[in-house]
Amino acid sequence: MDAIKTWLGRSGLASIAILAVLLLVVFPLAMDTFRLNLVGKYLTYGFVAIGLVMLWGYGGVLSLGQGVFFGLGGYAMAMFLKLEASDPESTKIQSTPGIPDFMDWNQLTELPLWWEPFNSFGFTLFAVVAVPVLLAFSISYAMFKRRVGGVYFAIITQAVALILTVLIIGQQGYTGGVNGMTDLKTLMGWDIRTDEAKTLLYFLTAALLLGAILLCRWIQLSKLGTLLLAMRDKEDRVRFSGYDVSMFKVFAFCLAAALSAIGGAMFTLQVGFMSPSFVGIVPSIEMVIFAAVGGRMSLVGAVYGALLVNFGKTYFSETFPDLWLFLMAALFIGVVMAFPNGLAGLYESHVKPWLARRKQAPAGSGGEPPSASTAPAAPTVPHTTTSSAAAPAADIHLGAKVSSQSA
Amino acid sequence: MSDKHLPSSSRRTFMLGAAALPLALAMSRMGHAAALPTAQVNTTGLAVTDTEVIVGQLHSATGTMAISETGSIQAEQLAIDQINAMGGILGRKIKVIKEDGASDWPTFAEKSRKLLVNDKVATVFGCWTSASRKAVLPIFEKENGLLYYPTFYEGLEQSKNVIYTGQEATQQILYGLDWAKKEKGAQKVFLVGSDYIWPRTSMKIARKHIENFQGGKVVGEEYYPLGNTNFNSLINKIKIAKPDCIFAAVVGGSNVAFYKQLKAAGITGAKQFLLTLSVTEDEMLGIGGENFEGFYSSMKYFQTLDNANNKAFVEAFKKAYGPKAVIGDVTQAAYLGPWLWKAAVEKAGSFDVDKVVAASPGIELPTAPEGYVKIHENHHLYSKARIAQGQADGTFKVVAESPELIVPDPFPKGYQ
Repeated sequence: MDAIKTWLGRSGLASIAILAVLLLVVFPLAMDTFRLNLVGKYLTYGFVAIGLVMLWGYGGVLSLGQGVFFGLGGYAMAMFLKLEASDPESTKIQSTPGIPDFMDWNQLTELPLWWEPFNSFGFTLFAVVAVPVLLAFSISYAMFKRRVGGVYFAIITQAVALILTVLIIGQQGYTGGVNGMTDLKTLMGWDIRTDEAKTLLYFLTAALLLGAILLCRWIQLSKLGTLLLAMRDKEDRVRFSGYDVSMFKVFAFCLAAALSAIGGAMFTLQVGFMSPSFVGIVPSIEMVIFAAVGGRMSLVGAVYGALLVNFGKTYFSETFPDLWLFLMAALFIGVVMAFPNGLAGLYESHVKPWLARRKQAPAGSGGEPPSASTAPAAPTVPHTTTSSAAAPAADIHLGAKVSSQSA
Repeated sequence: MSDKHLPSSSRRTFMLGAAALPLALAMSRMGHAAALPTAQVNTTGLAVTDTEVIVGQLHSATGTMAISETGSIQAEQLAIDQINAMGGILGRKIKVIKEDGASDWPTFAEKSRKLLVNDKVATVFGCWTSASRKAVLPIFEKENGLLYYPTFYEGLEQSKNVIYTGQEATQQILYGLDWAKKEKGAQKVFLVGSDYIWPRTSMKIARKHIENFQGGKVVGEEYYPLGNTNFNSLINKIKIAKPDCIFAAVVGGSNVAFYKQLKAAGITGAKQFLLTLSVTEDEMLGIGGENFEGFYSSMKYFQTLDNANNKAFVEAFKKAYGPKAVIGDVTQAAYLGPWLWKAAVEKAGSFDVDKVVAASPGIELPTAPEGYVKIHENHHLYSKARIAQGQADGTFKVVAESPELIVPDPFPKGYQ
């Protein structure tokens, strides 16, 4: 019994199980279809957030362009749905029936060749993952092989987000422009707008997300995960040990891209449209905030972060339509100032020691002063010899060590 | 003291006075006006009680579009307050649930679902950009909601669930071009717009009209990304092409840069004829009267329109929102929404969406600030087109008005 408990605790499966119960049992029972559909939408951001945990928290690579991959996945799915919604019968009012409405508005008279494959659902599913991964691979391979990293890489991801937004908006005949692709109705004849469909899609999203978390957790616990951590903390040492550091980073970036793209595709299915407003810089940074609020070292925390931020957004904007942006700002500033390691960090530094003390209390040694375990590791002697640049690095390292074994 | 028996000509003046009357008076009127039981006026489970009907308002109160949409929010609120002061609709006061679309199309979709599914609102007044309308349209059609949409837009759309109180493209463009040819002898026209669906569609219609119906010539057609602020290359092209008329549909923040740079390059209203589809009193605030002086704008409404309806409207608007408030074309169109809905509900004798929609074609509003309007079967309004010249103080001087109401035609034949 104790062995199972220890194993559960070590691999973080307990917290994943709690999340699973929350998503698959508690939410569906407690909410009506409308709210459940909203949660389903938030969960699609959860895919991006766990991707960022792997890329940023573990790989040490900050990407400010995850919206690109979310958008590409979403657009691939939207193209399939749009073609299905544009049969000649329902588009007979157009000058060229049978092509998507925005093409007709832009004087296209036939379907562009590169749209043709998206008539196939199989190809679409493949493209949802393959197109973003291909793009992620080419960007990251080119950058990391040249040892471009850190803030420079983050800036390049921002540039990619900007380029893609401009491209989508500029090529409106092929992409729907600012309006995006709207009025998506059915998936292979199945009406995705009904309540039953929305509920089913919610469960599909939740199940996929839990699967993705398990996959990522497995990677974290494998040798690969350890190497990612090692590379983040001391890249040169890993390189000198004979590993090809850049390829690990490429892998982490592609993994995050694939996860974001799956989130994007599920988003399109649940919300019924896709628009360039998910691709740009602002939504991409928002996605980083989800991971930061949840805790960038914790997969489960990142999902809670995405849920909390979006719940907050919906709740504040419904309740205080004039003030809600200020309240959101207060939430972000509050979380970042009070718990720099996010919600998961809060759990690690406060809840866990408290639980441990409760466990110890029945044993009789309740009088133990807690300061040893909970006090921040502030050096009592001023570091006169260390340079100012080294101090924050050491700090990050310590935080990572504390939380690296949590899910 | 009931307003029911007043002749319709004096009804409007009464209505404006009623805003200042004590609330108690309005309350006392409600009792006998609520003749129709709720079970009869609401058979589809809308948020209607014996004393109240709940409607939604969905605009961007935050984000980049807030500056444009605030006028619409205020105008709709003003109309609703005035209707409530008159005793409401079918004896029921209008209560508004306000949601913020935050200039973000997915948020518009989320909030419209919330209003229709959760709050069961009887109607929604909202949206501004085409993108936000496109985002909510499938939801209104699926949930059978009703949307009053105020902005002039590109047309190519007609939905059972939307009443378009702004102009579709032909209502704004054709009269303007005809006037430009007749009064200004415009033969060579240069088309310029922001790069999205509304300017693209508008310019397509303009080009067909100029080339096929006017025998004129398009000497340039340029589009710039939304938010673009550098128009130097455009200005060079204009200088080379020497058009008789610049026909512009540049929107948002780009407008400010566009007119400032035109002026800096010496292209001013005194030397060059320019007609735009996208400058109202609201945009004028940002552009500055001195930069737009002498150029022309084609709209259906200007704040300076000289009629009794408009004078009363401007006075009430300024009383509610301060003497510096300006009223643009869309603000006025938004103001029509609640009044058109009231007329349709009263004609239908019901709040049910299907019945209100069925009653809507043919609804007339002689009290509209822009003058008389009427709902066409295609859910757009018959309205007049007007041309006005920008003045240095930021106001517009109306110089021409279409003699007849222009029939709305969202799918114009020969212009596709």
